Amino acid sequence: MFEKLLSIDRRIIFIFVAVALILPLFLNISQYIAISPEVSKIYDGLEELKPGSKVLFAFDYDPPSAPELQPMAEAVLKYCFKNKLKVYIIGLWPQGPMQANLAIEVIRDDPQFADTPPVYDQNYVNLGFMSGNELVIQGMGSSFQSTFPRDYQGTPTADLEMMNGVNNFSNIDYIFNLSAGYPGTVEWVLFAVDRFHATLGAGNTAVQAPQIYPYFHAGQLQGLAGGLKGAAELEKLVGFYGKGTKFMLSQSFAHLTVIFFIIIGNIAYFATRGKKKQ
Amino acid sequence: MRRQVPLAITFIVGWTLIIAVFIPHPPFGQLGENFTTYFDIIAVFAFILGGGNLIRVHGNKVYKKRQDWPYSIVTILGFVVVLIAGLFKIGNPDGLSGDLTQPGSLFQDLYTYIFAPLQATMFSLLAFFVASASYRAFRAKNKEATVLLVAAFIILLGRTPIGGYLTFWLPESLSFFHIPNLAYWIMTIPNLAGQRAILIGISLGVIAMSLRLILGIERSYLGGEGERS
Repeated sequence: MFEKLLSIDRRIIFIFVAVALILPLFLNISQYIAISPEVSKIYDGLEELKPGSKVLFAFDYDPPSAPELQPMAEAVLKYCFKNKLKVYIIGLWPQGPMQANLAIEVIRDDPQFADTPPVYDQNYVNLGFMSGNELVIQGMGSSFQSTFPRDYQGTPTADLEMMNGVNNFSNIDYIFNLSAGYPGTVEWVLFAVDRFHATLGAGNTAVQAPQIYPYFHAGQLQGLAGGLKGAAELEKLVGFYGKGTKFMLSQSFAHLTVIFFIIIGNIAYFATRGKKKQ
Repeated sequence: MRRQVPLAITFIVGWTLIIAVFIPHPPFGQLGENFTTYFDIIAVFAFILGGGNLIRVHGNKVYKKRQDWPYSIVTILGFVVVLIAGLFKIGNPDGLSGDLTQPGSLFQDLYTYIFAPLQATMFSLLAFFVASASYRAFRAKNKEATVLLVAAFIILLGRTPIGGYLTFWLPESLSFFHIPNLAYWIMTIPNLAGQRAILIGISLGVIAMSLRLILGIERSYLGGEGERS
């Protein structure tokens, strides 16, 4: 029996994982989301901002990372719009500003924002994508307008009302970076924080988050949200529950399924090891 | 001459950028910004070269009907359709003067309804392969593998609310063994130490390689043979 378990068809495992991921989407089970210190610090940083403060969003990811990072983006954007913070969007990844547009579309469709939908050049601007990776951040340290001469829609940056008085990082109160790799949080820490003394919070994919902890503990990064759990925590803190919380149940079931199969695999391995030696 | 000019450019640009970090005042600060612009200009040529190369490689594959050549047709078609949709802003409500990604434009629709779901699907498949690979590879064969296995269990449980439910009954004096706390400890102590060691190692390597490039010791980027000295 244990030999059979060892050579189990991977399609059986696939079916279990599929059920573990899909079934919870139809269940309505509330889960207790514990807040970790690193996510709590992002919220503390945002809470210190007064209405009218300027928040720079760097969307450095593409659709594959959207399930983890898009809920973070929506939660923090909602918080900013609700608290009358001014949002400046850029992307070091070509698809980043498009993900930002998708997040803003979701907020526009949200009944909670029906009376106060985000308005372009009043509540937010999207300066679009610029190639050059960390050199873009370096350029922004000198001048936003020379680094981004036109916004996403082709309007000269100088003509945007929200860009009045925004020259470089010294005019930005908080940076929130959503990162799935290079260029991303590491580059923002190295240039925006270390060189231009900006305040930075970051949302990272679960795969990338462990690499970012050294910067968080060194104080270079004010706060860090990692993976779907980080997204769910952010949603709980800002009070706008979305896909982060909803998908948490699927992640819980999927993790349990993986653990279950690892245990079964080890039991089968140890049960058959003696026989193989004989 | 073919070698001296690139070496001289590398030397001058390298030192200028290093000085610009420490002395962000004229003329170095401005030079640093100018080099950023030059990078963008060079990147544009790289995009053109990349596009041309993609057409050449996949065109050849289709022409010679090499293995899996029908997939190359899909690649070329995808490239051409997105390029034309973007260049001519097809379907854009405001025509050529409007925003490339306005709702209703073909480029935005291709991104929202084809590109984004396809990329997300590819990435989602990882969940299935990770589960299958974990089942086959994660064995407590020795002490090191057992430590890895236990750490993986704690992180897997600690990154979901289930970890909290499993050990909520622990008294305050044993709160360290509460699974979310254990997961946090693993991330902030052993993981942090390992990551810092890796970071410091990489940084020293980058500094050494940069100095070799700027001083002309490392010449492999020039192409040809016998460049390393």
